[in-house]
Amino acid sequence: MTKPKPILDVIDMNKDFQVKSKTALFRKPASVQVLNQISFELIEGETLSIVGESGCGKTTLGRCIVRGMDASSGQVIYHTEDGQQIDFLKLKGKGSKTYRREIQMIFQDPYSSLSPRMSVFDIISEPLIANFKLSKAEVEEKVTLIAEKTGLNVSYLRRYPHAFSGGQRQRIAIARALITQPRLIVCDEAVSALDVSIQAQIINLLKDLQEQFRITYIFISHDLSIVQNISDRVAVMHLGRIVELAASESLFGQPRHPYTEALMSAVPQPDPELKKNRIILEGEVPNPANPPSGCHFHPRCAYRTEKCVKEVPELREVGYNHFTACHYAEELKLKGVHNELADEA
Amino acid sequence: MTAQAAQTGQPLLSVQNLNIQIKMDNGIMNAVDGVDFEIHKGKTLGLVGESGCGKSLTSRAIISINPKECETTGDIVYHSDSEASLNRLNLLSLHPNGKQIRSIRGRKIAMIFQEPMTAFSPMYTIGNQLMEAIRIHRTKNKKEAKKIALEMLAKVGISDQEKRFDQYPHEFSGGMRQRAMISMALSCNPEILIADEPTTALDVTIQAQVLELMKKLQSEFGMAILLVTHDLGIIAQMCDEVAVMYLGKIVEQAPVKEIFANAKHPYTKGLLKSMPRLGGDKTKRLDSIEGTVPIPINMPPMCGFYDRCSDRIEGVCNTNAVPKTRITDQHSVRCFLYSDRQEGAAQ
Ligand SMILES: Nc1ncnc2c1ncn2[C@@H]1O[C@H](COP(=O)(O)OP(=O)(O)O)[C@@H](O)[C@H]1O
Ligand SMILES: Nc1ncnc2c1ncn2[C@@H]1O[C@H](COP(=O)(O)OP(=O)(O)O)[C@@H](O)[C@H]1O
Ligand code: SF4
Ligand SMILES: [Mg+2]
Ligand SMILES: [Mg+2]
Repeated sequence: MTKPKPILDVIDMNKDFQVKSKTALFRKPASVQVLNQISFELIEGETLSIVGESGCGKTTLGRCIVRGMDASSGQVIYHTEDGQQIDFLKLKGKGSKTYRREIQMIFQDPYSSLSPRMSVFDIISEPLIANFKLSKAEVEEKVTLIAEKTGLNVSYLRRYPHAFSGGQRQRIAIARALITQPRLIVCDEAVSALDVSIQAQIINLLKDLQEQFRITYIFISHDLSIVQNISDRVAVMHLGRIVELAASESLFGQPRHPYTEALMSAVPQPDPELKKNRIILEGEVPNPANPPSGCHFHPRCAYRTEKCVKEVPELREVGYNHFTACHYAEELKLKGVHNELADEA
Repeated sequence: MTAQAAQTGQPLLSVQNLNIQIKMDNGIMNAVDGVDFEIHKGKTLGLVGESGCGKSLTSRAIISINPKECETTGDIVYHSDSEASLNRLNLLSLHPNGKQIRSIRGRKIAMIFQEPMTAFSPMYTIGNQLMEAIRIHRTKNKKEAKKIALEMLAKVGISDQEKRFDQYPHEFSGGMRQRAMISMALSCNPEILIADEPTTALDVTIQAQVLELMKKLQSEFGMAILLVTHDLGIIAQMCDEVAVMYLGKIVEQAPVKEIFANAKHPYTKGLLKSMPRLGGDKTKRLDSIEGTVPIPINMPPMCGFYDRCSDRIEGVCNTNAVPKTRITDQHSVRCFLYSDRQEGAAQ
């Protein structure tokens, strides 16, 4: 085995949005912090998943990493193939172009992310032509190869996206992302809109491609069953903060944050014999414009104390490579998926 | 035994040979094709299948709210539990905008949708719309209607009801709107609740709240639920009985435990195997069903799953209409692999 090699370091990333107040006409726009001191390291060839409720900042984080959007502050150190370290966020113009093609993003909605007026061939070849000087024949060859790899029928490449099903369109989006041979792909809810039987096809495809090309994935999803199936490590986000980060086995087997426990418990299990004592969180998902004090999760947390209302828990290492932001991570005995199943037996 | 006993009683609703055809440019689409099922008091029937298989058309047909182009035939027989005048009424024979169906829709059979915004007008407050529904169906008295409306909001777990009553739909979060829609649907004590993907747009945490709420209200009011979903996890946790749909047909139907323990149809088996599970073995490749769902336009008589089925019998499955086979009293399947056990002749 080769030594684990980092590909990306995200350091203290923050993102604020200016939002106009709906009521006060003359008031200054309010600033809403959507990403709050996000830091993590990404290892080449791994899949790191980002999970959390809608609005917690997953898409914003993904977009700030691929520079579809500018972070307000922080660094994204990109480790190039030949070992240089580059602050990706500081690159401008041409300098960023090389690296932009090495870091790609795939979105949830294969319907709106593909131009309806371009043929599938043009959709897939566009980034190739924009980034490399290639002859027509070379482009043709590369597109055909990637189409085969992603399970697209080569004889249909001259058709337009509307002629394809949801799963096929997601394959087109994957082919387009892969054509420039990226090292890192951010998949934002890439299989969420697909039916289960098609979802399984695409998950298997992503895994196969990773093995073949040693691609690193940031896999953004709200579906914990898929996340467990695909990830090496998982980051749980809550209201703009990472509240837990650990190897997948460790996180699902022994969660250390009450929010992670509740998220897992809420997933309806496809087994009618499993009558579980589900943890039902009370109340609403909090609003980032008006975040709760102390631990952002405290209004919904079953284990909260006075301390949680007042003090922000830091993200700290509470087990081997297991990071949690809960004051009581060491004391709490939380339920993971395996011990929950064991309880039933 | 108890489940069986309950099933043998008079169903509240019995859907028989429901067909919905839609004329398309290139032929006739059999969007719903020979669907049969029954809905029983206090029970939940799940209708599960991939997008486009006809779940919404089927459930909307019950209260006649499909658009005009949907040519609907068959019988949908309603046996009211409480009103003799509404007994053995064929809902499909009623005028879709007539007085009789309108007195049933909303009052006896209520429906909730994936997108609660479609159920509310953005122009009126939530309280106003709740009261309106209650005054049409339950009481003309304004004061009483408001009291019922506030009670319903409390029942679905909306706190601060007096304040919420005067708010507009856009001031509610997604989960709260969903609950408000449930409160509106249940405000008239319906005998049947049709829930079409009621939690698909919600976070798992909020989904868990809404599902729990539906269960609680079901045990309180004893209503029957037709739960439409593509999520087998929700089916397992919520339903008594399951009907699996594929390409407009119910391909398998059984009590929930039977479906999960003893699925027969290759499609049902494929669905169960292709879904990732929490606590499952991640080193194993997911089984997937290859190919995609065809469009049922000008389909010859054959099994709709034929192209994707790994157990297909050439010359049988692609040349004949598939009859329904009874595996047990409560378990039926449409697949030629089982048709030798069939009772009665193939239609
Ligand atoms: N362009 C924008 N302007 C203002 N607020 C935004 C913008 N984009 C996202 N937000 C807000 O940022 C928060 C995080 O959004 P997002 O990253 O899309 O979350 P997720 O992908 O986890 O659902 C949400 O509260 C959202 O409303
Ligand atoms: N008004 C309509 N006109 C044409 N086709 C329709 C119409 N309504 C539904 N369909 C088609 O009928 C099929 C079944 O639709 P639907 O019942 O909405 O599926 P589901 O709810 O299972 O996803 C789909 O192929 C859909 O595209
Ligand atoms: S810090 Fe307190 S409120 Fe936050 S998760 Fe831990 S116990 Fe709950
Ligand atoms: Mg998102
Ligand atoms: Mg539908």
